[in-house]
Amino acid sequence: MEFIKYTKIYFLISLIVLVPGLISLIFIGLRPSIDFTGGSLIEIQTRQPVSETQIRQSVADADLDLSSLVRSTDNSYLLRLKPIDQSQHDSLLVALNTSYEGVFSQRFETIGPTVGAELTKRAVMAVSLASLAIIAYIAWSFRSVPKPYSSWKFGITAIIALGHDLLVVLGLFSIFGHFFAVEVDALFVTALLTVIGFSVHDTIVVFDRIRENLGKQPHLTFSQVADFSLTETLGRSLNTSATVILTLTSLLLFGGSAIRWFVIALLIGIVSGTYSSIFNATPLLVLWTSRSKPVQK
Amino acid sequence: MRTVVFLFVLFLACFTILMPSTLHLGGLTLYRPVIRTPFFTRDLNFKLGLDLQGGSHLAYDIDTTQIPGSDWGQAVAATVANIERRVNLLGVSEAVVQTSQANDSYRLIVELPGISDINQALTTIGATAILEFKQVHQATPEAQPEFTATDLSGADLKAATVQFDQSQAASAGRPVVAIEFTPAGAQKFSQITKSSIGQRLAIFLDDQLVTAPVVQEEISDGKAIISGDFTVEAATGLAIQLTAGALPLPIHLVSQKNIGATLGSESVVKSLFAAVIGLIFIWFFMFAVYGRKGLLANIALTFYIFISLSFFKLIPITLTLAGIAGFVLSVGMAVDANVLIFERIREEQRWGRRPQAAMELGFLRAWNSVRDSNASSLITASLLFWFGTGSVRGFALTLIVGILVSLFTSITITRALLRTWNL
Repeated sequence: MEFIKYTKIYFLISLIVLVPGLISLIFIGLRPSIDFTGGSLIEIQTRQPVSETQIRQSVADADLDLSSLVRSTDNSYLLRLKPIDQSQHDSLLVALNTSYEGVFSQRFETIGPTVGAELTKRAVMAVSLASLAIIAYIAWSFRSVPKPYSSWKFGITAIIALGHDLLVVLGLFSIFGHFFAVEVDALFVTALLTVIGFSVHDTIVVFDRIRENLGKQPHLTFSQVADFSLTETLGRSLNTSATVILTLTSLLLFGGSAIRWFVIALLIGIVSGTYSSIFNATPLLVLWTSRSKPVQK
Repeated sequence: MRTVVFLFVLFLACFTILMPSTLHLGGLTLYRPVIRTPFFTRDLNFKLGLDLQGGSHLAYDIDTTQIPGSDWGQAVAATVANIERRVNLLGVSEAVVQTSQANDSYRLIVELPGISDINQALTTIGATAILEFKQVHQATPEAQPEFTATDLSGADLKAATVQFDQSQAASAGRPVVAIEFTPAGAQKFSQITKSSIGQRLAIFLDDQLVTAPVVQEEISDGKAIISGDFTVEAATGLAIQLTAGALPLPIHLVSQKNIGATLGSESVVKSLFAAVIGLIFIWFFMFAVYGRKGLLANIALTFYIFISLSFFKLIPITLTLAGIAGFVLSVGMAVDANVLIFERIREEQRWGRRPQAAMELGFLRAWNSVRDSNASSLITASLLFWFGTGSVRGFALTLIVGILVSLFTSITITRALLRTWNL
């Protein structure tokens, strides 16, 4: 199959997905959860229906600063507030129970601002370190790439494809944050790092085949070898993604609400990872290596 | 034949680890073993994280600003030991006390699974519990009392227990805290009481006056009673604090998570159900795409699940919601190596190799991709372990175990099965 011929179309598709997300990311940004900003979160469940206005009123009466209120299921609400302590939480619950009997606190979290700042720092560090480690690993493991091709180009291209996947997930979550009030938390960073692993995993399988075929078929141009390798690995790429997507979909459908957005982040990242390893990473590698070829001759 | 024996032994080992602690089979009752070595003990129960069984996660800053840097290590260790004692006195099973250090600040993490009374836990852990005895001098009954410190302190305490007032006074039946001094403490106490017969002796806890009884006589047996207007809970709390002693360093609560138990158990049931559905999907998929080979891969995948779960119990890994999601994800990724190998075998056959040779070559030649792609996942999983605390770590560990076990099952076991049955 001829993949490389349609490079422009692949990049266009990527742009169509990326641009709205990027715009949203730049102008609206992400909605950081209390994991990053510090603050309090209370999940309450009521035995009888209580309206949002009633809950807002109770919180205001308790002199607490409510930053958002989301109804998660019929009789259950998520309250986000400026940091409060256990006794403030307890008195709010007592107040709610006096007005609307049978209110339970399912979850109460308070995170101080310093803890949040630390997490942000570590998340950025972890994502950058992961990217660097992967460039180094690919450059090392592809060191046997025949001349004049550079193993560093393989590594850096894999990271560009990876950046694509991260931006797709970040961009979409910025849009989700705007429309569905989805927040990014420590679990989201976990999903990002998992996507990093998977995206590169996919790219490596294709690159590995290119390396093998470069040695076996020296008479072909780089672009022909790339086409050939993509055709060969297509079955594997699609089948592996299919099994992962199957398990994630079952988690999404049956796994309960607590990890729903975590699973969605993984799903988006993995679909994007499969796409980018076939349609972005390899064409990019072809563009880069063919440009530099005449110079080396 | 050897393959069958090997797989049977492997299955028995996993079964022994994974079975419930007692199992009734007809008239036969099996007991799961407990692993005991001089270095560690494993009861082979699954460890559930706070998000699955409910409980509290508390993070404290340990304040080291008051003491010189050279003493930090020791003071922090003493503080942690003290907190551990307090947590043990709370009677929470499987509580965890950990410290982490970032630059110059120390963080103390306390996890209390299944705790019901979070307020009691917060006061018990956070109390500084400095006990002081002061002599009271009062010129006239109307004058302001003056306190002079004594050398008797909480450090001289041997034990503190809750008792009920057995005197004939009006306070009979009320809870009191009985304290017992160490021999050195008993001596000091005896001297103090001797020199202040007829006067009051004030007992301060955290600079708060608890009680100031009049000393009737010299007490030389090192035993005393602190009576106040206590409820049973307050007396118990005081006894715990006094027994645990004072904290060498002050601590401040910086983050807190309480998770209700019902939320957790619902999530466990849901995600396990999702895992089973996902597994069935994969079984069908592999069989549909790879036929007989797919069936063998499915057997290997089933072993993957048994072995991974056994490792979760052996290491042990604390299972969290994210961890279970990671495990379900890893089931999907575990067949990846098989897919790579099977595709390679297909290609080798397409290129005209005989099935036997194609199979062996497929395993050999797919290895490069399998190794490189799994290495990248291992790198990110290790960084994830470093990045995270608690539930994120659980996720990272399940991924790491998953990757390593899947390499074994999808290569070694599948190859053994293929050699035995495919051809």
